[in-house]
Amino acid sequence: MERVHDMGGRTRFFGPLPPIDRDEPAFAEAWEAKTFALALLANRVAGANLHAFRYAIERVPEDEYLSGYYRRWLASAEILLLDSGILAPGAVEARARRLQGADVVEPAAPEPHKPTMPSGGGGNLRTVDEPPTFAAGDTVTTRADEPAPHTRLPAYAREKTGTVVALRPAQVFPDTAAEFTGENPQHVYEVRFDSRELWGADAEPASVTIDLYESYLEHAR
Amino acid sequence: MTELRHTPDPTLSPALRAEALESLLLERGLVDEKTIETFIRTYETAVGPMNGAKVVAKAWTDPEYRRWLLEDGTAAIASLGFKGPQGEHMVVLENTPGVHNVVVCTLCSCYPWPVLGLPPSWYKDPAYRSRVVKEPRAVLAEWGTELAPDVDVRVYDSSSEVRYLVLPERPPGTEAMSEEELAALVTRDAMVGVRKVALP
Repeated sequence: MERVHDMGGRTRFFGPLPPIDRDEPAFAEAWEAKTFALALLANRVAGANLHAFRYAIERVPEDEYLSGYYRRWLASAEILLLDSGILAPGAVEARARRLQGADVVEPAAPEPHKPTMPSGGGGNLRTVDEPPTFAAGDTVTTRADEPAPHTRLPAYAREKTGTVVALRPAQVFPDTAAEFTGENPQHVYEVRFDSRELWGADAEPASVTIDLYESYLEHAR
Repeated sequence: MTELRHTPDPTLSPALRAEALESLLLERGLVDEKTIETFIRTYETAVGPMNGAKVVAKAWTDPEYRRWLLEDGTAAIASLGFKGPQGEHMVVLENTPGVHNVVVCTLCSCYPWPVLGLPPSWYKDPAYRSRVVKEPRAVLAEWGTELAPDVDVRVYDSSSEVRYLVLPERPPGTEAMSEEELAALVTRDAMVGVRKVALP
């Protein structure tokens, strides 16, 4: 299934580029600034992690996702707080109506049920004892398996063959951390793909380099 | 996992929804106003592309620093005081007359916050996220950057927690400039790789 957030190479999103405003401020409007802070704090309050946060953004309905960056952040904060039982469904909407002066009954706060995933420490870099399976110069192919609900292997790079150009620090595995089933830290490789491998013989001459987790890769056959 | 069944009620503006969310969390003591304010001020004033510009200007004027930056971006950048979320592991990509690097995040909008601040709207735009991995030369040309046919164009899709900073080419005619004057020339678009640094 194609997911809205996985945009690389998808012509449905092609169109004119917006102008570059070199003096663009961090936030266009005050509510965006507030949403930025609230979303990061909601992630903390919900006992979530960076990957669960991204997964929540990916679950924002498509129309809302495409309506703007901080619109989807706002929706994702709500998803994380619903998931962890911090907020009841409808709580934000009811409060918003009360702020407008409407006399609505607010749902009672539910029993929180925050995720409990053991963590190997702060941040996402980890030490992995097993030696890396691949080395710089190896030719690797990305897996064809049905991807996890949250994955960092872009759809345009599935079942493609490229070359390992560097080993990056081992990291928490997003696919499992996003669903709180474990950190599964693993080696990460910088893999370079020729544009013709990704897009066909007529592609613009270029390469695309992607950081890929060991689970996504196998030796090229 | 919760699925939002539909797009939120369009009659409730995002500003109002943000205010509602804030009031729910504040009244239960789950967040406090001071922390919210600190987060906002930090990214409005202290963290932004002026940090990355200092890194670039130093690399242009100090060969030893440049070497260190390209070898261990995280440490060299941290030595100037720039570290924090979305900068756990920094890799610096050097643009040269023969190699042009450009950075994107097709899956969300990952961006090296400690050196560039929060991503600008063009970086988050679906047109940029979808197109630059497939037609980088066309994207760069649309923003006024024409590359010679023999330039090696390398697109980096930020799919892990590695964050990339492009070290742009130092423009000719800047030999007499101080590090501070050079930093004032360096733009965020050049540190993402969509444009080159130019004299004003």
